[in-house]
Amino acid sequence: MEITLETASQVIDFLAALVLITSFAMLAQRRIYGLIHLFAWQGLFLAINTAFVGYMADKSHLFISAGLTLGLKVFLLPYIFYILVHRLNIRKEVENMVNIPTLMFIGIALVILSYYVTAPVRELSTLMTRSTLTFALATVMMGLLMMITRRNAVTQVIGFLAMENSLFFAATSATYGMPLVVELGVALDILIAAFIFGIFFFHINTTFDSLDVDRMAKLKEDEMDE
Amino acid sequence: MSMDSFIIEALQVLLVIGLAPAFAGWVRTLKCWFQGRSTPGLFQPYRDLFKLFSKEVVLAYNASWIFRFTPYLLFGTAVLAGGIIPILSIDLPLAATADVIVLISLFAIARFFLALSGMDIGTAFGGMGSSREMMIASLAEPAMLMAIFTVSLVNKSTSLAEIVQVIYSGQLILRPSITFALIAFILIILAETGRIPVDNPATHLELTMIHEAMILEYSGRHLALIEWTSMMKLYLFVCLCIAAFAPWGIAVKGSLAALPAAFGFMVAKLGVAGLIIVLIETGLAKMRLFRVPEYLGVAFLLATLGMLSFFILD
Repeated sequence: MEITLETASQVIDFLAALVLITSFAMLAQRRIYGLIHLFAWQGLFLAINTAFVGYMADKSHLFISAGLTLGLKVFLLPYIFYILVHRLNIRKEVENMVNIPTLMFIGIALVILSYYVTAPVRELSTLMTRSTLTFALATVMMGLLMMITRRNAVTQVIGFLAMENSLFFAATSATYGMPLVVELGVALDILIAAFIFGIFFFHINTTFDSLDVDRMAKLKEDEMDE
Repeated sequence: MSMDSFIIEALQVLLVIGLAPAFAGWVRTLKCWFQGRSTPGLFQPYRDLFKLFSKEVVLAYNASWIFRFTPYLLFGTAVLAGGIIPILSIDLPLAATADVIVLISLFAIARFFLALSGMDIGTAFGGMGSSREMMIASLAEPAMLMAIFTVSLVNKSTSLAEIVQVIYSGQLILRPSITFALIAFILIILAETGRIPVDNPATHLELTMIHEAMILEYSGRHLALIEWTSMMKLYLFVCLCIAAFAPWGIAVKGSLAALPAAFGFMVAKLGVAGLIIVLIETGLAKMRLFRVPEYLGVAFLLATLGMLSFFILD
């Protein structure tokens, strides 16, 4: 089936918008299981986007990246997190440092900022994915925002992984993806990181009886007082 | 501008007045089916209205002219809005006089007077209802304008008739901006017409009611007019949504021959819209009042994202 360039760039834009919207949803999500589901959805949209760009731009290595994204970020990592959260028995709602409407407005400001920042790149680039670079940068910053504003260690790690997701997205939209070796390396790193994070969670939980990052600082102050 | 377009205009206004209770009845019937209850039928709203019209009006001693004037004003604005929104055809003499922004301010006038009349008698419930209604309105209106602006930017006009024409002439394309605006608009319709995640139209429970609290003091033909208006409001908002996002099937030329087909499309689309409303209503629980700002914040966010993605992607 022949797809015109116009339609292709529309589909890519639409998928990019979906990735952005999952990012916003992750910022607003209160429940930790919901957060994991959203992370999986973001991975799915990303994988479809990458595969589609790979098909349109005729870059076969993007299919491998898309497959890796699908396997790792849609199924394996959410599954690991699911088990972790279940074992660690986290039932509480995720605590935010900033209230959600404010976070949303910061998110909108970040989108505008990244539009401004990526303007020169958009002018010079000739790829069909050039306009999605704005959204990619915005999702990177929103992952960072999520890491900053969450108290729970598990959600911070999900924020970190969401950031990695969007970096991958940015690479796809700016240059049709990084070389395959780099992407394989990153994928492996992420997998290993997830395992190490898991072990860390258990250690934090047994030492402090909580995954709240604030508690760690407090305990240290108590020790200094003594 | 021929004679035909004036006939179409008159027909459309009559249709809005006459069909709105049937649409409300359709939504209620669907809801009954979904909840496994037996239905009072599609025409129950007509019987309710008839009953209310035949009852006498009981007025409080201290009711001012605002209280007596408001039902007629509400009905009038709804009828006027019914003449502006392209429902059957885009060739409407009234449509040229007002764009979407005027339309929204028409609804705002109606809401302003309803809130005033809620406070007019001086009962606690009326004041509470008015204050809640204004809180929701103050948050819903910017979001609604944002969604409308997005549609206007994409179609390069704020006039609904022209928006429909532009959508007709262009090919069907997948635009993130329009999708975001549509989702935002659906969220706002639910809030503006007092449907379930925000307000329960069927409740008279003291703590949760918003719209019902304001009209608690009304009776007889006044109440009938207000009830009729709120049915028309639901109908009009759905038609506004259809006109702005999916106008296919509407009569583009102002001839009477195209009307039956346009009418058929309209009924089909309203049927689907009712189904969507009922699916949302049965699937969700009414949220706490203090969650409503968050809900409308999401609507505003989506509408703003729609506008931003118009600039970024298109």
